[in-house]
Amino acid sequence: MSDRIFGVVGLLLAIGFAISALAIEESFLSDAVGPKAFPLIIAAILGLSSAIIALRPDAEPEWPALGRLVEVGAAVVVLILYAELLPVAGFVIATAFAATYLAWRLGSGPIECILVGIGTSLGIYVIFHLVLGLSLAKGPLGF
Amino acid sequence: METLASLGDGFAIALTWQNLMLALLGCFLGTVMGALPGLGPSNGVAILIPLAFTLGLGATPSLILLTSVYYGAMYGGRISSILLNIPGDEPAMMTCLDGHPMARKGLAGEALSLSGIASFVGAFLATWGLIVLAPQLVKIALLFGPAEYFALFALAFMTLGGVSSTNQAKSAFAAALGLGLATIGVDTQTGVPRFTFGEVHLYDGLDFLVAIVGLFALSEVFIFLEHRHGGSDADSRKLKIGKLYPPMSMIKSCTPTMLRTSFLGFLAGVLPGAGASLGSFISYTMEKRLVDKENTFGTGDPRGVAAPEAGNNAAAGGALVPMLALGVPGSGTTAVLLAVLLALNITPGPLLFTQNPDVVWGLVAALFIANFMLLAMNIPMVGLFTRVLMIPSRILMPIVAMVSFVGIYGISGSSFDLLVMIGFGVMGWVLRKLDVPLVPIILGTLLGNAMENNLRRAVTIDNGDWWTLIDSPLSIGLWAIAVIGFILPLIVGARVKAKMHQRRDEEGAISD
Repeated sequence: MSDRIFGVVGLLLAIGFAISALAIEESFLSDAVGPKAFPLIIAAILGLSSAIIALRPDAEPEWPALGRLVEVGAAVVVLILYAELLPVAGFVIATAFAATYLAWRLGSGPIECILVGIGTSLGIYVIFHLVLGLSLAKGPLGF
Repeated sequence: METLASLGDGFAIALTWQNLMLALLGCFLGTVMGALPGLGPSNGVAILIPLAFTLGLGATPSLILLTSVYYGAMYGGRISSILLNIPGDEPAMMTCLDGHPMARKGLAGEALSLSGIASFVGAFLATWGLIVLAPQLVKIALLFGPAEYFALFALAFMTLGGVSSTNQAKSAFAAALGLGLATIGVDTQTGVPRFTFGEVHLYDGLDFLVAIVGLFALSEVFIFLEHRHGGSDADSRKLKIGKLYPPMSMIKSCTPTMLRTSFLGFLAGVLPGAGASLGSFISYTMEKRLVDKENTFGTGDPRGVAAPEAGNNAAAGGALVPMLALGVPGSGTTAVLLAVLLALNITPGPLLFTQNPDVVWGLVAALFIANFMLLAMNIPMVGLFTRVLMIPSRILMPIVAMVSFVGIYGISGSSFDLLVMIGFGVMGWVLRKLDVPLVPIILGTLLGNAMENNLRRAVTIDNGDWWTLIDSPLSIGLWAIAVIGFILPLIVGARVKAKMHQRRDEEGAISD
């Protein structure tokens, strides 16, 4: 079933890709092929392979239980927040929180996860910023 | 003779303090990454790319650092295979078959040092193979016009699926997806924006480094989160090594095996789309057919340890041949290395050998040096690396995730790229669940623009005649190989691939 859904999604993707390829405005100065041809070929391959996947599905993959899906989803949300807040909060603080969260969700105890979070953040800051001179996001506190 | 002179120049380039230190660092990090389940050569190299960049390293030093990581990971993968029966990375899965039984018999130290020697032999011979074969391939590649290049790219995509997935439709899907992603951005020939949907950040196209780190490194973090696999599989009892040096008789009895499988592994590596996993697989199976008279393979036969290790290290060297000579990588990790070159504005391919001989030969010399360093690290100091296995993934994975973010942020300094990377991470996770190979996607995003440009150039030169694509004998030959490479696995491949993927551990990193 998963593969059938996947195939249909792929097919829709291919159709959408083809439609937006056809909508590309051509410049008056174009080569013989133009900017549309290659994307259209790709859309055809994408659609064809999706159709085959939908018609001849593999064995069902092992999907995690709902709880684990929520787990992955929550991690994605945390990482998105991290990406958005990085320039606001500054590298050290944001990274410490994100790493603490990940360590906690992977099963660290309360003290261990805080240590991992702070350790990761400071470790990266020292190695990458102070030693190697990589510019990291500066927060209001300057780090 | 000319080759030897170039190699000499290469050593002159590689033997600076900076390059030696980078090689040492790369070997060390590579062995650690190879040893840790969950970090393999491709994602290990991927998270280090941004580092190489932001350090402002030139082309040769970056390549030295990253190929040392690549070779190191090939060495390191065997450690957890032997001690824990968990492959540290995918190419090391065949080493479990005989390595772990040897360890159970109390021969862990012998197994480790023997496999270290086998790795050395494989990598050493493969580096010579690279020196001999690559310039020959360059001579052929210089005859290629745009039409031939287009056919060559098609060949790479069509044969890649043969090994990397059990379902050809899914690898075709992956390749098309990657190529489609590459078309995002302003069209290089006419200046028209494509698929940008008005988003200014997309005008430049998607940065393939962002895609690589997201697909390879972040998706791994999600897999671990999904299983909540937070512990370490090692306990100190299992990590007893014992005697470290194998008896001479054991080495002697394994020498023919090592030589044969190095050759075989190298060939497997050179073939497009194969890579180190296939190298170790066919090495082990062939050796089993050839010398396993008393049915000792699988019960701790030293030859069963030497074969896959020599095979996968030789394949790692072999996979560099098409990457350097043609600009078409044969495996996941070499695709990542290609990304490094492209990001440094160096176009691999035949011209690399004439325009940047310092890069090529410096790299080759560095490979020799790295190989000796790795031998030294992996036999007397292997105890150090076994300690690494005690690091539980609940500590390791947050570090991996954060280093990925730091690297990407360090390159672009934009939150938008981080969001794209998270998107790729989620996509990678879902696609891995659905058994869609990730390597064709990476290859597609990397080669998409070059492939399209060659297509358009070829057709434009011939005034819009599309038949020009199959006009010359060379391109017809390439297309023929491509078609055979795509169809053959449909007929005979399913069984072999099923066997090869049987032992795959879901958390054991992405295929090389």
